Amino acid sequence: MIVGSQKPIEEIWNMVKDFKKVLVFGCNTCVAICHAGGEKEAETIAALIRMKASQEGKQMTVNHLGVMRHCEPEYFEPVIDEVKKYDLVLSTACGVGVNFLSDRTGTVPVYPGINTSFYGAVEAPGVFKELCAGCGDCIVHMTGGICPVARCAKTLMNGPCGGTNKGKCEISKDVDCAWYLIVERMTKLGTLDKLSAIIPPRNWSTARDGGPRRISMEHIREFEEKEAAKTETAGGKR
Amino acid sequence: MKSGSTLEKVLASGNPAVTAELGPPMSADPHEVVKKAQQLKGFCDAANITDCQTAVVRISSIAAAAIAFQQGLEPVMQMTCRDRNRIAMQADLLGAAALGLKNCLCLAGDHQKFSAAGRLKGHPGAKNVYDVDTCQLVGILKKMRDESKQDGGDPIEVAPKFFIGASWTPMADPIDFRPINLMKKVNAGADFIQTQGIYDMEGLRAHMAKIRNMGLHEKTAILAGIIVPKSAMMLKYMDSSVAGVSVPKALIDRMNKAKEAAGDDKKKAKELQEQEGIKITIELIHQALETPGVKGVHIQAIEWESAIEGIVKAAGLYPRPQV
Ligand code: SF4
Ligand code: SF4
Repeated sequence: MIVGSQKPIEEIWNMVKDFKKVLVFGCNTCVAICHAGGEKEAETIAALIRMKASQEGKQMTVNHLGVMRHCEPEYFEPVIDEVKKYDLVLSTACGVGVNFLSDRTGTVPVYPGINTSFYGAVEAPGVFKELCAGCGDCIVHMTGGICPVARCAKTLMNGPCGGTNKGKCEISKDVDCAWYLIVERMTKLGTLDKLSAIIPPRNWSTARDGGPRRISMEHIREFEEKEAAKTETAGGKR
Repeated sequence: MKSGSTLEKVLASGNPAVTAELGPPMSADPHEVVKKAQQLKGFCDAANITDCQTAVVRISSIAAAAIAFQQGLEPVMQMTCRDRNRIAMQADLLGAAALGLKNCLCLAGDHQKFSAAGRLKGHPGAKNVYDVDTCQLVGILKKMRDESKQDGGDPIEVAPKFFIGASWTPMADPIDFRPINLMKKVNAGADFIQTQGIYDMEGLRAHMAKIRNMGLHEKTAILAGIIVPKSAMMLKYMDSSVAGVSVPKALIDRMNKAKEAAGDDKKKAKELQEQEGIKITIELIHQALETPGVKGVHIQAIEWESAIEGIVKAAGLYPRPQV
């Protein structure tokens, strides 16, 4: 899932204070799980903005709304006309949602209500941990299922640096050393000898470094187009 | 000869090699480099010129290496993977070779958050590059030198001829993996290895036995790292906080004793501890060189380059072989 965290209310207030009609728009999937930007959090943020507005003597209408996903049109399309009635949408979806919605709200600006942080998992209730960096060419079959791209502070591909200290990374004693975990895991799996091979320089063009990425699945597009054509002809016969 | 550097020649001659370290200043003043180069010249076969070590901006390793070289000191330029992608790395390697530099030590580099262990502001908000890692950088240098090819495959008309080095921390976690770590660097093309500072010579002997079993000591020249201790406090810090370094209690006790012998006299306490530190260093050098498979020592007198002359002389490693 995509993990984010709420922006400080001061920062939010500075973004929204000059608008008259604000919609705080939540997203009920990833960012709801990490308690950052679901409908419930959107409601709280809306209330905080209203409180701020009354303290500062500003006339503002602030409402909230939530949909299942901001990253697929079918979820927000039913409410898009309602959304467009506002001067500002403060989206508490992840950055994907903010961007996606921005392209579809005409002249209404969409601002970010949260900070989108990483792809992670729920380690324990309330604890989220980064586990993948979306590099576009997964190699964790060579590293015991543990990702050195996202989890090693130096993205080292061939083993630990000299900074590993008691299993922790040199950047902080609260961060596990990915390579410590990789060696531990592969020892347990009996596959440590696999690490003897040198992994050559990576081709990072599959990652963000290659420029913005887009995946187009032709077979799905063709199928969808055919289905649409069928419905049209069926409709025509009626 | 792969590079024809003095370090390579000394190692080929079978003499124990001595390398030292020169830390460039956080300033555009070349005199500091000149002064330190003069202090080291003649007392080591080559000196590492650190590359923004502890993630703090200093004169670049290549520029400081070129200055040292003009002074007649053979430099080992350092290159970390933290600050450059493979394009910048190779451009710098071509430039360094064009300037006459012949040794290069490949390092991961301290993470940009390190900022001299928080003593300086540094640049913790910098992007970290790590396009390639140490093993991969070693491989790139080797490919440039031996195949006259850039990593991408384009030909190089005049190849940069570097004696290729890498670092090794034998006693850090995960300890059982460290010999494999070394093997990978050697297989990638490391001609010489400088280890992390070692105080626990028994530990080194045990690790070198494993390395000899793997035959790695014959494929690369291992120089044992010796960090000159300045005070009891420094030894305690290294023992508790520096990854892969453990300091035997006996050494800490000796330094404590030296400190206590000065009573309340702070200046004297400093002097006595420095004297004891130099004594310890000389003993460590001898123990390291007696360890089978060790081909030399890398002596780091951090911000104390002037100590090297006395240490090298007292250790019986002066004059350096003329090769
Ligand atoms: S290797 Fe790449 S795709 Fe695989 S987990 Fe790591 S970042 Fe994600
Ligand atoms: S300590 Fe471990 S996780 Fe941290 S940078 Fe070094 S190898 Fe990577």
